[in-house]
Amino acid sequence: MIGTAQFCTFYLDGLTFGVEVQRVQEVIRYQEMTRIPLASGVVSGLINLRGQIVTAIDLRRRLDLPDRPPEEKPMNVVVRTDDGVVSLLVDEIGDVVEVAADRFESPPETLQGTARNLVQGAYKLDNRLLLVLNTEAGVQVPAE
Amino acid sequence: MPELDEIVKEFLVESHENLDQLDRDLVILEQDPTSHDTLSSIFRTIHTIKGTCGFLGFGKLESVAHVGENLLSKLRDGDLALDPSMTTGLLSLVDAVREILGNIETLGSEGEAEYTELIELLIGLQESRLTGSSETPAREIAGPPVPPITGGFPPALRAVQFIEESALERLIEPRSDERELAAHPADGRHAAVSDTTIRVDVGLLDKLMNRVGELVLARNQILQFTSTLGDAAFLSTSQRLNLITTELQEGVMKTRMQPIGNIWGKFPRVVRDLSLQCGKRVRIEMEGKETELDKTIVEAIKDPLTHVVRNSIDHGIETPEARLAAGKPAEGCLLLRAFHEGGQVNIEISDDGAGLNLDRIRQKAIERGIVTQEQALRMNDRDVGQLIFAPGFSTAAQVTNVSGRGVGMDVVKTNVEKIGGAVDLQSQPGQGTTIKLKIPLTLAIIPALIVTCDGDRFAIPQVSLLELVRLDGEQARKRIERLHGVPVYRLRGHLLPIVNLRQELGLASKSTEGETNTDEVVNIVVLRADDRQFGLIVDSINDTEEIVVKPLSQQLKGIPVYAGATIMGDGRVALILDVLGTAQRAHVVSEVRDRGLADNASRQSQHNSACQTLLILEVGDRRLALPISMVSRLEEIPRDSVEHADQQEVVQYRGQILPLLRLGQMLGIATLEDPSAPLQVVVYREDGRSVGLVVDRIADIVESAVEVTKKTQSDCLLASAVIQQRVTDLIDLPSLIRRSDRAFFDVPANTPGVFA
Repeated sequence: MIGTAQFCTFYLDGLTFGVEVQRVQEVIRYQEMTRIPLASGVVSGLINLRGQIVTAIDLRRRLDLPDRPPEEKPMNVVVRTDDGVVSLLVDEIGDVVEVAADRFESPPETLQGTARNLVQGAYKLDNRLLLVLNTEAGVQVPAE
Repeated sequence: MPELDEIVKEFLVESHENLDQLDRDLVILEQDPTSHDTLSSIFRTIHTIKGTCGFLGFGKLESVAHVGENLLSKLRDGDLALDPSMTTGLLSLVDAVREILGNIETLGSEGEAEYTELIELLIGLQESRLTGSSETPAREIAGPPVPPITGGFPPALRAVQFIEESALERLIEPRSDERELAAHPADGRHAAVSDTTIRVDVGLLDKLMNRVGELVLARNQILQFTSTLGDAAFLSTSQRLNLITTELQEGVMKTRMQPIGNIWGKFPRVVRDLSLQCGKRVRIEMEGKETELDKTIVEAIKDPLTHVVRNSIDHGIETPEARLAAGKPAEGCLLLRAFHEGGQVNIEISDDGAGLNLDRIRQKAIERGIVTQEQALRMNDRDVGQLIFAPGFSTAAQVTNVSGRGVGMDVVKTNVEKIGGAVDLQSQPGQGTTIKLKIPLTLAIIPALIVTCDGDRFAIPQVSLLELVRLDGEQARKRIERLHGVPVYRLRGHLLPIVNLRQELGLASKSTEGETNTDEVVNIVVLRADDRQFGLIVDSINDTEEIVVKPLSQQLKGIPVYAGATIMGDGRVALILDVLGTAQRAHVVSEVRDRGLADNASRQSQHNSACQTLLILEVGDRRLALPISMVSRLEEIPRDSVEHADQQEVVQYRGQILPLLRLGQMLGIATLEDPSAPLQVVVYREDGRSVGLVVDRIADIVESAVEVTKKTQSDCLLASAVIQQRVTDLIDLPSLIRRSDRAFFDVPANTPGVFA
């Protein structure tokens, strides 16, 4: 019997990413945000999540991917981290998938730059790769 | 952890409180060994502990407390005089009791240690000074002291205790309260309080607080609907909701608040022990003990504060010899101050020691590789001072067990920053060092001014707010001047540095001309940061509102201009500006400057300027004028709120008693005031004391060059002048106030004449 893991998947610039399902508090549609002047470009703003103020991090920017076209509104994947609840802005939400542990592989050495620290590895699905996001590292603001 | 009986738990909690009280009392007693009240209080406390633990079967604890009690009873009867060795002995007794209590709490038993040494020491202390002949029956029964007993509780001891108790009762002065105490040793002087108080888990209060925070937000949203709906029944219901919510919020806030005095209480002991150890003489003073902080914050700053206090004694204050050589009193002074400011609690720990040795800090920092030589030379004095907060920094020539391990101030800084606070340091060579901790009230609900800038709303804590200035287009262009390119505004003759919020936040400028666009209105929010004033230009000023301060997430902690965020009535998030951070970013506050100097300079300029802004008042048919810089506020006070105290009319005003002076009566002018209208009062403030001048009407504010036409006869008027084509008397406010209250100006030696 091989262990399995469940991931909540989402899409960023055509790539499929996943975070452990236990980490995800909820998924919500686009929310009005309050921008934060002087903050790092990675931080998109603050949202009001039922009385709780949550910082929204644009994962495209965090992963050095090109900005999303302005007419496309991002969705929020609200995750629990050691530093509290953080919202990850993604293009679109996918399914929750269950994958077998033996399909996991570490990223190749050729993966460099920011993504090296953020992508823990990939699960080889039948028609695509599921990139596993390191949530704790992902919600850190890079030093500028 | 073993299960403890309710009664044992109760005993532990109560005894811990008693021990804290003991520490304080003993230090007080050492300073004033003759204080009978303090001695009685100490005696009662030890007696209570001894009585209860005897009842619960903690034999070891009882025998320790017993010898202490014997010593104390001799002290109290005046058979022995207190000396430092006795105080030390009694303090170590307190420590031993604390240790045993700790063991009971964690292990469920009294632990292994026997405390024979301590017991012998305490016995030795009382026997060595005995003067044979004057022994009383009580002492015969009480001593020889009971030998240390482990384990059970022999019946013999019970008997001894019983006899002693009754003998004591006969012996001690027949003060009724003490007799009551002896009768109920278990609940002691907490008896009355314990009936009306309960202990509540802090976690529960946290939850309650969060719920109330959400309720406040929901209330704000409902209040916004009332303005659009216009339904009378809904309006009155929501007003009731508003009222109840506010009261509930205040109530819940109060349950979590604790005076900072609770953690300061142990400092006299810390200071005493440390200064003895270091061979120094230090006196501790406290101001603002009653300043309240949230319980969680009180816990979090306990250790950093202790560290700073230890550091001040070890490094700050010099030895008595060095102090005398420097022309200072041999006894050093450590001052703890706490006060609320800008939605934060400020705690200052000042010593009057040698101050920071900046050269040595530079040198040490280079040695330890914290900065390079080049960097050190380029740093200004303030930055060098900050180096002591760097990890691994310590200048102590040798490592003492007090401090000097290099894990000092950086730990303080990180701990304070962890709860969202800040540490600052000011030092004057030869005069001392002040460490300032700014602690946020993270859970607090504070009044704030809401402003808009580039479409976003920002909240500015009301406490930093001084006034609002609005300039129309033409005025704006003329009144905002440039001082070598830096915008300034003349606020009643003083230059006020101007900071544009858009620029500071890196937002788009409104136009290429920036803040001096021709037909725009300029709104200036005059703020105070660190004794400095500055004007902040915002796009528009919305309203004041009660906001719930929520801390920013760790991703945003590094931005100094924000103090937190809040949720507005419409459900959107608004950022709270950190006034000090904004001022620092705009370089309004940089090097430390002497506040006194700045104040003097401003007073000077006030005298020299021929053109003054005057408040014009009317009493009867006379016109009177006061410089507006002497006016703190204008108030309308309902007539029925006037009370009488000390043959004077007074009103309750902002938690103080405000004496009222009827200007008409004092100057002998018949007044023409409308008896149904509220009193028009001009409030004057000087060094925290206020006085209210009652006038008929507040007529106008004019800016005018005062041309003195005639010296007056009355000693309360300085001169007469023509203002706005009418003869106006200039009031000599200080002498007017002095006439009614001679002592008013006693503290500030002399207030300069107003129109001098």
